[in-house]
Amino acid sequence: MNNVKRRAFIKNTIKAGFSLGAVSLAPSFLTACAGLNKQNTKTIGRVVVIGGGYAGLTAAKYIRIWSAGSIEVMVIEKSSQFVSCPLSNLVLGGSKSIHDLTFGYDLVQKNHGVTWIKDEVTTIDTTTKKITMKRGEVSYDRLIIAPGIDMMYDTLPNLETAQQEIPHAWKAGWQTVNLRKQLEAMPDGGVFVMNVPRAPYRCPPGPYERASQVASYLKAHKPKSKIIVLDANAEITSKKGLFTKVWVDIYPGMVDYRPNNIIAEVDVKTKTVKTDFETVTASVLNIIPPQRAGKPAQLAGVDNADKRWCEVSFITYESTAVPNIHVIGDAIDSNLPKSAHMATNQARICASAVVELMFNRTPDPAPVFANTCYSFVSDKEAMHVATVYRFDTNKKIMVAAEGGGVSLKPSVQEGDYAQAWAANIWSDVLT
Amino acid sequence: MMKYSIFISLSVITFIISVAHAAEVVSSTETFSNTPHIRTLAASCAACHGSNGNALHGNAVLAGMDGDKFTAAMVAFKDGSRPATVMHRHAKGLNVDEINLLAEYFSKQKRVPSQVPQPQTLKSSHEQR
Ligand SMILES: Cc1cc2nc3c(=O)[nH]c(=O)nc-3n(C[C@H](O)[C@H](O)[C@H](O)COP(=O)(O)OP(=O)(O)OC[C@H]3O[C@@H](n4cnc5c(N)ncnc54)[C@H](O)[C@@H]3O)c2cc1C
Repeated sequence: MNNVKRRAFIKNTIKAGFSLGAVSLAPSFLTACAGLNKQNTKTIGRVVVIGGGYAGLTAAKYIRIWSAGSIEVMVIEKSSQFVSCPLSNLVLGGSKSIHDLTFGYDLVQKNHGVTWIKDEVTTIDTTTKKITMKRGEVSYDRLIIAPGIDMMYDTLPNLETAQQEIPHAWKAGWQTVNLRKQLEAMPDGGVFVMNVPRAPYRCPPGPYERASQVASYLKAHKPKSKIIVLDANAEITSKKGLFTKVWVDIYPGMVDYRPNNIIAEVDVKTKTVKTDFETVTASVLNIIPPQRAGKPAQLAGVDNADKRWCEVSFITYESTAVPNIHVIGDAIDSNLPKSAHMATNQARICASAVVELMFNRTPDPAPVFANTCYSFVSDKEAMHVATVYRFDTNKKIMVAAEGGGVSLKPSVQEGDYAQAWAANIWSDVLT
Repeated sequence: MMKYSIFISLSVITFIISVAHAAEVVSSTETFSNTPHIRTLAASCAACHGSNGNALHGNAVLAGMDGDKFTAAMVAFKDGSRPATVMHRHAKGLNVDEINLLAEYFSKQKRVPSQVPQPQTLKSSHEQR
């Protein structure tokens, strides 16, 4: 039965008030549900996933599920623990500890039969399909690269070795804790200076959420302090009206927002920042450098958009530079926000397409997915931006469908939804 | 009675098609709504509604939800007759076919409590530059 006929058939069955319970007994469905955790002895090929972050873990898990275990999946991850960037700004605000956001990788392996290699990728030979790591070598039939981001220090070279003094804290972990400690040590009346790199960067609303979280901490503990936000962009890049209002209503007089300010120079010792317009000295300084696709993407030569991001097909997430290599998550070149929810969406479209391709079937020609991104503006209140994205067959990119938008105002209820978002995405990604 | 006989004949057809399909590609996961388009769309709900709709933290559990109930709720979110904090944004972006297929998809998912990964102490050796 071809696809069109199948669709028509489904519509009719739904119209006829067809009770769908019976369908679940269909044998193919049972096959799909059974034995995912067991390594299928007859595999049709091997997919290697580089990077066990939001994107990579999701792709690995769903390839195992949707291939009913018939595709072997290996994940190469250099870190021994997963630390969530989402909610990590709350560590700065003080309502979360970094240990609340840290998890192991064991359950995905156990539940889905994913092979795990804790190692760092050092070279990728795309002709022989071989990956070299610090401690070994592995080959692939298809490769998925999900490396997240690397910081770019070419414009501010002295920052690379000064991450203890001036942490970016844009990859959650000890840098996040370091920044929190610096805020704790700052005297009342101090000045916290942070920047926003020019878009695109990881998590568009993230820097503004960070400013709000720091404001929440300072308002409660050091109310004479100030926050200066130096934004390289012409305006707030996400949830603009909402953040502006929050800074006026909840933190009046505390957040000094300065657009069009690109950092030209940093003096590490004095924590002084020069932009084209002004010189600012900070008590605590947080610089978020410009970003590019993570190292593995560079190694494979798939960072073909300005030598920064990776151009892909939005149907398969296959690289436009190298066949059989797919790229997902923050590393890709797209008009989509670089968010964890997006990373998981891309990962599943990619996983589904990889399964279809390896079975010699046609992937979904017009994928659709939903994105919800919450930002916390205090310890309890949050607000959303939510949009469905649909593949546009003419433009060949994902475009926002009608109905998307932001909260009317932040609320405690949405704060609870945001906690629920985290609980559910962690469960989906990590188990 | 009419409805019942349609049900029987359709489910027989369904069964035959599924068997045919299963024979074709043993590992195929396709049933009606279990197409690449719908399985990926349904899975994109997981960030708030859990794996296969098994939500944690008090969010609506979609796994095993009655299909008519799901469709009615989504259509009401879409036309604005049911007030929402976030869901109207998603419902408006989907077409009615997708809503119907999602309804079918989630109605067929088993209710199994989602696993909660346990937080750990961050090791001192952890490094992300
Ligand atoms: C402060 C902050 C707040 C945020 N809040 C939100 C939010 O509320 N909601 C939201 O949706 N998103 C949020 N984000 C964005 C989100 O964190 C990213 O979009 C997401 O992490 C991207 O996932 P990824 O898999 O592409 O990259 P990552 O999660 O960074 O994963 C990449 C993985 O690849 C591994 N890796 C890299 N190089 C190698 C190598 N050579 N060998 C082996 N492994 C390697 C890394 O160790 C890492 O584990 C936030 C980000 C920040 C910084």
